[in-house]
Amino acid sequence: MSEMIETDVVIVGAGPAGLFAVFELGLLDIKAHLIDILPRPGGQCSELYPEKPIYDIPGLPIVTGQELTDRLLAQIAPFHPTFHFNEMVEKLESTGSATAPSFRLATDAGKVFSCKVVFVAAGGGSFQPKKPPIPGIDAYEGKSVFYAVRRIEDFRDKHVVIIGGGDSALDWTLNLQPVAKSLTLVHRRDAFRAAPHSVNAMHELAAAGKIDFRLGQVTHVEGADGQLHAATIRGNDGADKLIACERLVPFFGLTMKLGPVADWGLNLHENLTPVDTEKFETSHPGIFAIGDINTYPGKLKLILCGFHEAALAAQQAYHYVYPGKKLVFQYTTSSTNLQKKLGVV
Amino acid sequence: MVKSCLDDPAARYGAEPGGASAPAKAKITFVDSHGQARTVEGESGATVMETALRNDIPEIAAECGGACACATCHVYVDASWTEKTGKASQMEEDMLDFAFGVKPNSRLCCQITVKPELDGLVVSTPAQQG
Repeated sequence: MSEMIETDVVIVGAGPAGLFAVFELGLLDIKAHLIDILPRPGGQCSELYPEKPIYDIPGLPIVTGQELTDRLLAQIAPFHPTFHFNEMVEKLESTGSATAPSFRLATDAGKVFSCKVVFVAAGGGSFQPKKPPIPGIDAYEGKSVFYAVRRIEDFRDKHVVIIGGGDSALDWTLNLQPVAKSLTLVHRRDAFRAAPHSVNAMHELAAAGKIDFRLGQVTHVEGADGQLHAATIRGNDGADKLIACERLVPFFGLTMKLGPVADWGLNLHENLTPVDTEKFETSHPGIFAIGDINTYPGKLKLILCGFHEAALAAQQAYHYVYPGKKLVFQYTTSSTNLQKKLGVV
Repeated sequence: MVKSCLDDPAARYGAEPGGASAPAKAKITFVDSHGQARTVEGESGATVMETALRNDIPEIAAECGGACACATCHVYVDASWTEKTGKASQMEEDMLDFAFGVKPNSRLCCQITVKPELDGLVVSTPAQQG
């Protein structure tokens, strides 16, 4: 059974633009749910450059991606947004009309949302695992090639090969070693970006002969019907070695792929959604696009532009959520009504 | 009186090409994975990645925009240039773990700054960045 969630607005993407949209919508009494494929809020800010300084946020001469995310979360807390992490919106269907829009969205986790307005704040698309250029690897994905470990049982008594040198690669080397028939860790160098104790534990397992640690890269796989049998590892010395491999787990980080947004009928041009510059609405009434995913004459992919776009889109969203109701523009500085919503009076 | 740079059209809009204060340029050749070479001019101080994007060089994704956070501007530096471009920093080496087909001459080109000494630099790009 899929779960049905009713809300005013669904925001696709919990990066800075999506987060600030919660604030602008909240001031107008519009409730929002946010959906993001990542396990945490912040989008590129927290995924690509959490520790790197940003210098062009108005009023914050220097702020890191993570701090900006934390500040936005604090700013929108009064509006109690609901987050749905580790989920990707797969389907977006119109269930209303141009004048009274409504939508149904479905995620890959089986949740279904019913809403009046959609804010697409999906940036460069969704972050998905990088797939190594091993010929024919697609045929094994989901059967014997996995980009994340969901069920340890899938690896029991199997010849497992893990590629990578980060925390994920090291953690899963340590966790799968006890259940796997054999475990080989393949990395391009004898240096890791992982917790030192994990690296030490891995080296101890290798010294005890419980895992095989190989310097090199996987260049070739063999198997049939989605089931791997073997993998070729080209060592840093140039020599190829064929080893038994029934499960391959490559950890090469994440990359942005547009994903299902491409199928939502939004007239994408070069992976961008054209919008007007009064409301930041797409060609489909009720679907707005804010932040890096939209395009219009003069568009700049700046976080501050995403904030502006969120504010204007919220104004039009109000008319869809509260049809016929008059919207009186107010300032947070002077309106006791807005201050009540923010919980400051 | 302090002269503002706004009063000086040359300073404001950049000096005439070839003028004394014109930014130094360096020719950079990008060879794609099919062997096609494209030679462009890079400005001193810009990164090789920025030079690639400004000139629509294919096979450079640069998803993170130069933050050394994505490994999608991976290039192989031509053997005759590796000494002049120098070695990858620790941070860059860590990030190269996310690139494919890494070789000893692999660099992330957002971390190579164009300078006159690099005039003639040749780099090649891998078939797959992301």
